[in-house]
Amino acid sequence: MIKNFRFAAASTAAAMLVAFGVTSSQAATKAKAAKTVTCAKGIKIAFMGALSGDNGQLGQNMVDGAQIAFDDWNKANKNCQIEFAKKGSSSFDSQGDPAQASPLADKLLGDKKIVALIGPGFSGETKATMPKFEEAGLSMITPGATNAKLAENGWKQFHRILANDDKQGPGIVTLIKGKGAKAVGVIDDASEYGKGLADTVRSGLGALDVANDTIDPKGSDFSAAVNKMKAANVDFIFYGGYYAEAAKMVKQLRDAGVKATFVGGDGVLDQKFIDNAGATTAEGSLITATGAPGNVNPAFQAKFKAKYSKDPTLYAPEAYDCAQVFLAAIKAGKPTRAAISAFVSAYDADGITKHIKFTPQGEVAGDTVFSYQATSGVLKYIGIVK
Amino acid sequence: MNATPSGDTTPKTVNKITELLGATRRRKGLGIGEKWNALPKQARICIALVAVALLYLLPWINPPIIRTEDTDFASLLAGTVVPYVLVALGLNVVVGMAGLLDLGYVGFFAVGAYSVGVLTSKHASLPWFLAMFIAIAISMVFGAILGAPTLRLRGDYLAIVTLGFGEIIRLSAQNFGWLGASEGISSIKRPPSIGPLKFTVLENKGYWVFGLSLILLTVFLISLLETSRVGRAWTAIREDEDAAELMGVPTFKFKLWAFAIGAAVGGLAGAFYAGKLNTIYPRDFEVQKSILFLAAVVLGGLGNRWGAILGGFLVAYLPERFRFVSDKRYFFFGLVLMIMMIFRPQGLLPRRLGRGRAKGIDIRKHRAGEDEDDLGVVRSSGRG
Amino acid sequence: MVRHFRPFYVAVRARPFKHRSCMNFTNFINTFWANTISGLSLGAIYALIALGYTLVYGVLRLINFANSEVFMLGTFGSLAALWILGVPSAGAPKAGIALLGTLALMLVLSILFSGGAAILLELLAYRPLRRRNSPRLVFLISAIGASLAIAEAVGAFGARKREEYPFGRVWNTRKNLFKISDFDVQVRHVMVIGGALIMMSGLALFVNKTRLGRGMRAVAQDAETARILGVNVDHVILITFAVGGVMAGGAAFLYALFFEATRYNAGFLLGVKAFTAAVLGGIGNITGALVGGLLLGLIENWGAGLFGGQWKDVIAFAVLVLVLMVRPTGLFGETLGRSRA
Repeated sequence: MIKNFRFAAASTAAAMLVAFGVTSSQAATKAKAAKTVTCAKGIKIAFMGALSGDNGQLGQNMVDGAQIAFDDWNKANKNCQIEFAKKGSSSFDSQGDPAQASPLADKLLGDKKIVALIGPGFSGETKATMPKFEEAGLSMITPGATNAKLAENGWKQFHRILANDDKQGPGIVTLIKGKGAKAVGVIDDASEYGKGLADTVRSGLGALDVANDTIDPKGSDFSAAVNKMKAANVDFIFYGGYYAEAAKMVKQLRDAGVKATFVGGDGVLDQKFIDNAGATTAEGSLITATGAPGNVNPAFQAKFKAKYSKDPTLYAPEAYDCAQVFLAAIKAGKPTRAAISAFVSAYDADGITKHIKFTPQGEVAGDTVFSYQATSGVLKYIGIVK
Repeated sequence: MNATPSGDTTPKTVNKITELLGATRRRKGLGIGEKWNALPKQARICIALVAVALLYLLPWINPPIIRTEDTDFASLLAGTVVPYVLVALGLNVVVGMAGLLDLGYVGFFAVGAYSVGVLTSKHASLPWFLAMFIAIAISMVFGAILGAPTLRLRGDYLAIVTLGFGEIIRLSAQNFGWLGASEGISSIKRPPSIGPLKFTVLENKGYWVFGLSLILLTVFLISLLETSRVGRAWTAIREDEDAAELMGVPTFKFKLWAFAIGAAVGGLAGAFYAGKLNTIYPRDFEVQKSILFLAAVVLGGLGNRWGAILGGFLVAYLPERFRFVSDKRYFFFGLVLMIMMIFRPQGLLPRRLGRGRAKGIDIRKHRAGEDEDDLGVVRSSGRG
Repeated sequence: MVRHFRPFYVAVRARPFKHRSCMNFTNFINTFWANTISGLSLGAIYALIALGYTLVYGVLRLINFANSEVFMLGTFGSLAALWILGVPSAGAPKAGIALLGTLALMLVLSILFSGGAAILLELLAYRPLRRRNSPRLVFLISAIGASLAIAEAVGAFGARKREEYPFGRVWNTRKNLFKISDFDVQVRHVMVIGGALIMMSGLALFVNKTRLGRGMRAVAQDAETARILGVNVDHVILITFAVGGVMAGGAAFLYALFFEATRYNAGFLLGVKAFTAAVLGGIGNITGALVGGLLLGLIENWGAGLFGGQWKDVIAFAVLVLVLMVRPTGLFGETLGRSRA
């Protein structure tokens, strides 16, 4: 999995040096003296996305992952402290809502010290704010907005560090077909993300898809959809949506005696899915993601665990990679929006999740889809979908 | 405020004090209005002009304390405040002037926004201003179509039916691929630049100037209506529909007009919103918005257009001004609503009383204790 | 109960219709009984919540918008009971006395939470307004404020992300009892529909036979006369709120058993639906709330079966509009005073 051994080794070494305390950290500074970067004070890289509200956890995962990169950088480069703008008055907490994100984007662009953006976290807000970043020439890399159409707008500043939903959909289809499905039901939550992904899966499944329905994620009762699935006698059910409703959905399916294997996309990839549905109810459910698993890079995993005492969560490794790309840009040249933008477009190096090189549309190469299975109450990584 | 029920056990002295306090407060309250009216006409015009000029310059002045620290002030003013204020003005026509309780007003906002979206991006590429006028017309037609079968219903039934219509509109936008379904509509056109007024991606001040002009124009048109025969008919309907009908006011026709005009203003707000944000989603138009809109109108002062403006402004502005309480914003907002209703139920800027026209229905009546309902519950005699 | 009942087309699975436009008759017929029973179950919960709207409306002509949050707090009451008893997240369900005791505590706490919230709402949000003779719209806005504040308080200070599901450890309400056509009717379906009917009958007895109930009807008909005749109107209103709260608490308890989950925003949509149900049946009318609730549950599920889940609410609201066109005060008319439920 570790595609870049050198990187991992280097960062582990750095972490070890830091761990030796004051004297060694001085030694480390001396050792790295030749390499340290000097830059103007107060340079910021911002994060924008949901940090509160119903989907706040996903944004928090991204912030947690990126923070590790900034911590490392600021320890190593005393003369070039970069602020990760995510808290207090420089917080761009959009709650994932495009309408809130718009004035936040203006404020973000108004702060000339912000030279790059990690985010926006979700597709809707990205679509709404991207024209502004494009116009202002602020380079952004999203660690989580996976809607495929985002890359079709000709935006130069748009970059996405993970495979989009059009790649995840076929991965899901491959996964379901690989398990020998005979009849599949597809349910979505009518959200941009959920319906988009479900529709990709529907077209990929073709005749295998025998029953479709849509639910209202705010509702309590999904019995109409459940009854439909039961009547159609499906053996797999794909749900396009987020974990909270997925938990409700799988529970109501099992309550009604539907035994079909439950399959979800990256919106469902959260431990809370299992916690909410109950370990026995969720058992055997398959979940895919284009975001890398927490153990994608042991060094990163160790650092993450040391800081937050848990394994890296969804999108945290991607956010870390986003931060690494920008920090490399600062190291390579001037910390200005234009310089960073040019650097990111030409970036070609390994990250912890994949080799990072953006196409002119802003996509990264590779269509790796990772899969997980709910096993005795935890999400177990079961490998890459092939 | 001071009408203590006769059967109250409060000691007489306390009673008197409250009465006195109430009286002073009332006198003070009217005092501002009286002073304003006492000023010479030129002075009033001058003050009004200065105030309007200051408002136009708001994003340039960017006044401390008032400006939002955690989000872009000009952007907030242009993208959120203007649509909310327009919506509050339109809803005020329906609820405040004609007394029709509408809980689905967000539907017309959606119709306006989607019209512009469909006409300038999704299925056609009309010039923005043309699309705006068509959006207003479509919203108006929608108002009439939805109003015609429902306006015969009494107040609270009307409320739930309008709520239902609002939801039907949102769900239709969400389900019909022709309207973009869950993905909404993006790349909606911006208004073309008018001389120095620019409506580019990063330019918010132009939108504010344009939006504020729309607001002032709307206020002007509504105040023309208000003093016309239509306005008087609305007042009559609101005060007592049955009596109005008996006096020969074609109540249904005027109610329908109120609904259509309110819808048109809502549509204008939606068109502006779409032209500013350029991306719209069905979930921008959920029931909760309708409720916030209604709260805005009542918070500001039902039936008073200046109150509606203030209410719309506050509802759009306060949650963003107090971003730092993040998750708890709407909790505090709810509390503020409750407290306001207890201590200042007539809203921040109550409807102006006694000037030969529109007397504050309930507020005034009950202050004076004219309507002695032992329950203290107003059984709105005008059906809604 | 209905064991002997054999639907006319039993065992005849519908032949697939040629797939035409948006209507899916095959699914409608194949899921008919399943959707009927689940629709009635949800409808029973709608009906109980609808009572909170209907009672208050009958007496005060006020849309108690915060009733949905009163209900939501009740679901947390059941949850609190399980916390207090320390119900484990795994293990065998309880039986006998332990089961009854747990259920009783859940019900009691749900009712306490909901009833208490309803009473507080009346005392803090509505009574001060009545003292001031405020217009009705002011009550509505205060109710909206209260609703926002309660939901957001629960969300912001704790349960925004949390959804707890320990109810299943108490009692396996998923046990199949009997079949109607292909559909397994489970303990929970019987519980919810039966529970709602029992609570409704209890309420009807209370309103029609007790002194307080008569007081409520008197105030609903003519508050002024009632006061002159010696009815303590404020007291009666408080009782009305309390009774509405108790019904919402009962609904919350049944909801807890049925769905085994809750959340800070569980109330809003259910509240809107319950209010729709109340209006459908005739707001202010107890029978109306029952019939309206059950009917709405059925319409939603049948509609979803026929047109797809995305049209569920559209169909529900369209039916509401149509009914009101024909009967402007709902199916059963208004007045609590004259209700014979």
